Amino acid sequence: MQPLLVSQFSIVSSIGAGQAATLASLRAGTSGLRPGALETVALPTYTGAVEGLADFRLPETFAAFDCRNNRLAEMALRQDGFADAVAAAVARYGARRIGLFLGTSTSGSLHAELAYQARDPVTGALPETFDYERTHNIASLMRYLSERLGITGPSFVVSCACASTAKTFGSAARMIEAGLCDAAIVGGADSLCLTTLYGFHSLSLNAPGPCRPFDAARDGISIGEAAGFALLEKPSAHADSEAVMLLGVGESNDAYHMSSPHPEGIGARLAMERALAAAGLAPRDIDYINLHGTATLVGDAAEDIAVSTVFGGDTPCSSTKGQTGHTLGAAGIVEAIVSALAIRHGLLPGSPNTETVDPSFHSRYQIASEPARVDSVLSNSFGFGGSNCSLIFGKQR
Amino acid sequence: MRVFIEGIGLVGPGLENWPAARAVLAGAAAYEPAPVRLQPVTLLPPAERRRSGMTVKLAIATGVEALAQAGRDAIDMPMVFAASGGDGDTLHETLATLATEQREVSPTKFHNSVHNAPSGYWAVATGSRVPSVSLSAYDASFSAGLLEAAVQATVHDHPVTLIAYDVPYPEPLQAIRPMAAMVGVALVLTPHRTDRAFAALTIDMADATADATQMADAELERLRLGNPAARALPLLAAIARADSAIIHLDGIVLAVTPV
Repeated sequence: MQPLLVSQFSIVSSIGAGQAATLASLRAGTSGLRPGALETVALPTYTGAVEGLADFRLPETFAAFDCRNNRLAEMALRQDGFADAVAAAVARYGARRIGLFLGTSTSGSLHAELAYQARDPVTGALPETFDYERTHNIASLMRYLSERLGITGPSFVVSCACASTAKTFGSAARMIEAGLCDAAIVGGADSLCLTTLYGFHSLSLNAPGPCRPFDAARDGISIGEAAGFALLEKPSAHADSEAVMLLGVGESNDAYHMSSPHPEGIGARLAMERALAAAGLAPRDIDYINLHGTATLVGDAAEDIAVSTVFGGDTPCSSTKGQTGHTLGAAGIVEAIVSALAIRHGLLPGSPNTETVDPSFHSRYQIASEPARVDSVLSNSFGFGGSNCSLIFGKQR
Repeated sequence: MRVFIEGIGLVGPGLENWPAARAVLAGAAAYEPAPVRLQPVTLLPPAERRRSGMTVKLAIATGVEALAQAGRDAIDMPMVFAASGGDGDTLHETLATLATEQREVSPTKFHNSVHNAPSGYWAVATGSRVPSVSLSAYDASFSAGLLEAAVQATVHDHPVTLIAYDVPYPEPLQAIRPMAAMVGVALVLTPHRTDRAFAALTIDMADATADATQMADAELERLRLGNPAARALPLLAAIARADSAIIHLDGIVLAVTPV
């Protein structure tokens, strides 16, 4: 595929708001996971919650969009000069030539859950203040950003569970290649809600402590929340030698089960191989792999098989979910940004909470973060429904 | 951007399948709304059929019809799934459960609640590991899905199948998101003209505020406005008439020609 310039990106997660705070946390190996979840939740679990959302307000003219997910998105728009970079792109290309390809898994679910708790006790009707289209619907994020940023190019929201925001890079790359837009905003948001907390609990997948990806004693996920965005442009725009590029996207389906990954990681392997083929790179060209690594027994084992099959056992890899938690639909953009920071600042991210790597695993797991030259990164995101996506980022070649 | 249509799947009230609905959409027969009769989805193994929600059954039934007309195998067919929202019954039951003290969500309901459930079941049923994407653009979901599918076909130089579907919600959701009836529309698109192709589509971006093409029949127009997947009806009507037409959908304009 035609490489694309990642000309600006912004992030908010439980390890911090903005690139600088995120980078500092990745270097230091701090974790944003804390005991507990949303106020009314009594589950014995850790979550990666973003601070300050309860008191955060959207700009007044957008009050109808108010929900935890759009607050998180707005918080990310304000980091790292992202909204300004979009305004500059609108001035350069025109609002109709910028695409909006966003991802979420649960959108404004918490808002709908609260509305259901506030149903009329007699009629069962939802509160009149509940604005389904602007908060709960999957496309709410698209409408919010489209109005907030004044974007009128091709727009939709990808919702493929935990592969959602990774896959937005694929849609953007295709749309730009087809000439339907000159630049695109990708990424998205996923926020804590009862549906995922109790849903993963019903599958016995919530770890009682902070999650330990690839550890022999791993015992499940820690749910997190995050928002992040990236602005993609054709490289001719204004590339410098330090710029981070999107080099490849690979997607696949497991065709195996709705909520369990293929035990031999066949879909994961296909996604990585297709990303390498799209980038025109060999496995040895990859300096670091940011794993999906959610710390489930089955998922990590399957990914280890897939990674060691494609890369052998020499390429450093780690999951950063011990830091951010599993941010579900936002995991793809969070880890794309971790990849970009690793390249730009020369860093192999580590995996706090992981102590002893599963002795049956074959990949080279990076427990402690360390400085290193990183020219190219492959990032994995896999989701329910067997939806897989691998992204490759690298310096301009 | 130009693509060709090799197969159509259609399920809706009084629109049992594409061959049966053709005359109605062409204006040669009267439209008689009737409850949707969904054919049993034999593609799904019995256990999956029991576990899956209505959106899964509708999407699969619609996609199977389109692929059969095109004579194409699902195994190497990239898929685009477009729907404004998820499965209404699953959503309602999950939200109602979460509003109780116990909050005991069923694991099956939980995995069925993801927007890409039809895509996941489709892959399990067909064994296909080629990519698929599930998206939403609220009422503009059909247009967004068509754009994504046509772009994939063009950029990857490979056929792509689009399935657009939406199913009405139970109360109290229906009151805040009214939907007329379930509708599924599937299109098998190819980047080149083939022996099986019967229509060509030239797709361009258009002003999002431009008026969409309407259905001549008042009941069909009500259906078009009543379900996001039914926004495809003016396109299907032009193909049914087998004449050239300019069709405005949400944010895109289509030049349709028979081939």
